[in-house]
Amino acid sequence: MSVAAAPLAWTTEDVSVAGASVRLRSAGSGAPLLVLHHDIGTPEQLPFYAALARRFTVLLPSHPGYDGSERPAWMRSVRDVAVLYQALIARRGWSDVALLGLGFGGWIGAEMATMAPRGFRRLVLVGAMGLKPQGGEILDQALVSYIEYVRAGFADRAAFERQFSADPSTAQLEQWDLNREMTFRIAWKPYMYNPTLAPLLGGVETPALIAWGRGDRVVPAVCGEQYARALPKSRLSVVDGAGHFVEMEQPEALAKLIVQFVDES
Amino acid sequence: MHLMYFTEQPMSAYPADEGRKFGATALMFSNKHFDPVAGSRLYNEYIEHYRLAEEVGFDGIMLNEHHNAPFCMQAKCNVFASILAATTKRVKIVLLGNPLPLADNPVRLAEELAMIDMVSRGRLVSGFVRGGGQEQLATGVNPAYNRERFEEAHELIVRAWTQAGPFRFEGTHYQHRVVNPWAVPLQKPHPRIWIPGVLSKETIIWAARQRYPYIALSTAIDATKKIWELYDSIAAESGYTGGPENRGYLQRCHVAETEEKALANARQFMWMQGEFTGLAHPVWSSPSGYFSPSYRKAFVEYAVGRGSNPRAAAFEDQLRDQQIIAGTPKTVIPKLRRLLEETRPSILGFWASDGFVSNQDTTTCIRLLGQEVLPAVREMGKELELWSPFEANAPVSISQPAPPVPRNGA
Repeated sequence: MSVAAAPLAWTTEDVSVAGASVRLRSAGSGAPLLVLHHDIGTPEQLPFYAALARRFTVLLPSHPGYDGSERPAWMRSVRDVAVLYQALIARRGWSDVALLGLGFGGWIGAEMATMAPRGFRRLVLVGAMGLKPQGGEILDQALVSYIEYVRAGFADRAAFERQFSADPSTAQLEQWDLNREMTFRIAWKPYMYNPTLAPLLGGVETPALIAWGRGDRVVPAVCGEQYARALPKSRLSVVDGAGHFVEMEQPEALAKLIVQFVDES
Repeated sequence: MHLMYFTEQPMSAYPADEGRKFGATALMFSNKHFDPVAGSRLYNEYIEHYRLAEEVGFDGIMLNEHHNAPFCMQAKCNVFASILAATTKRVKIVLLGNPLPLADNPVRLAEELAMIDMVSRGRLVSGFVRGGGQEQLATGVNPAYNRERFEEAHELIVRAWTQAGPFRFEGTHYQHRVVNPWAVPLQKPHPRIWIPGVLSKETIIWAARQRYPYIALSTAIDATKKIWELYDSIAAESGYTGGPENRGYLQRCHVAETEEKALANARQFMWMQGEFTGLAHPVWSSPSGYFSPSYRKAFVEYAVGRGSNPRAAAFEDQLRDQQIIAGTPKTVIPKLRRLLEETRPSILGFWASDGFVSNQDTTTCIRLLGQEVLPAVREMGKELELWSPFEANAPVSISQPAPPVPRNGA
């Protein structure tokens, strides 16, 4: 994998929308691509984002209650986040948006797609939570430490250490704890899925790419098959050499898949 | 003073080496290690201990509950409270307490407690707790809303006890179409509510605002003094003066015929390797959202093995700080005097033994406490004017200024 030499120059702003304030980063140029991050939040700089920004206007909000976005005390479900992002899109007047959801963000993206069956240019879900696995279980972060949980998202431990160091800082741990608390607030029970999502996915007319890291230990690969069956216009692609955090372990390969898929339209 | 007997009801027939091997004795430590034959024997021994405690002169029996762990066999304190309501005659039944956030139906709790109060002829003290961190996980309750659920369930229970039904309750976490339980407490306005705690400032502040006595659970004397400084300052803000009737303390105190034996048995207070609520896994005992945000940094470091447990201390340190007292009656009485003089509680729980202390030694301990220690402590209490809420006729709460009384005819 290649690492971008210069950091991506994000434009950062706090956008008030519905009952919340969302920290929004944007960079690059081209068609809008709304990127929805994982439950652990996201590092600001990733080679993956740099690769996407060469082709898209990358729009990267911090979910309400995660990273820099303040916590809306009223928020109770992942569907609430999805509704809020619909309002964000309307507020900013973005059109013909492609949606990319990573893990937990994939669940938000899937919910958004059900609300606007023709509302998006393309939908890409990577290792998405949101469905009850027909075999196995979604890893319960409540039972493992912050570091163990993030480590479990990598197929290769060295990749974890390259990204977060072998010994992540206390500030990073505190941020993971804050993000985990928000995840509990909106996804505690049932844990990491919505029983009413699967049937509603049947109404989505947006073409969808379902990507899964071959070594995903957080969300069982069967969920990828379930998404592919539930979404009428979808295909499934498995990425080698990656776990749950495909974008951090195989940034170029995943970015290439996404660019090709979105360009087909 | 109000002097209570307490035991965690240890599951002292579990294979301790398996717990050490697993590295934790709560939540995920398999219940295949629970032996119901031993459990049956122990439950019945504990009932005998409670009856003996009443016989030798304790004023109250303090009960609690925990889940998924051998350090405490009570999975529902209302079960033992019901047993004691029917099988004891005089002692207060002091629940410290029901973990409110774990309840999905607080009205059901209000009913159970009302039944216990009536069966016991008005001897219930109904304390409430938040429940341990790992118990949120054991019961599937969201730790991030622990405090909100605690406060809302409390409001609903007190209303169910004091407001004639039917009424409707629309809360954030609890919604009840019809609240109209056909069981209400014998004590009016309602049974006393005491709030135990060990760490959270938020709980001390909340208890003081309600004018509920706060029961400090085996904190070191200096830490206990800080608790009362905070409680008293909130009391002053709330328009009353905090005093001994607002203060309780749970003292680990083992007495035996000899110093050596007492000290050896007192080491059993450390049977969970010094952890208060079982040998803990840091992540399970402190799920995100459960603990006070002011401790976030300390807990995240503890959770990944970088910091020490903010709640654990060594045996020798606990002896020095009098969190554990052990000896013959003659040597423990001056230590208890120091506790009373320095922290001035009127409610004193004796956590008499723990772990693998034998039935015989526990029985001896209860007898010695009753015959030799309690009379001395009572005298000190009079001398120091440590009047309990019962002796002081203290109000039930800030919003219920009358002391509770059983209705006529009971």
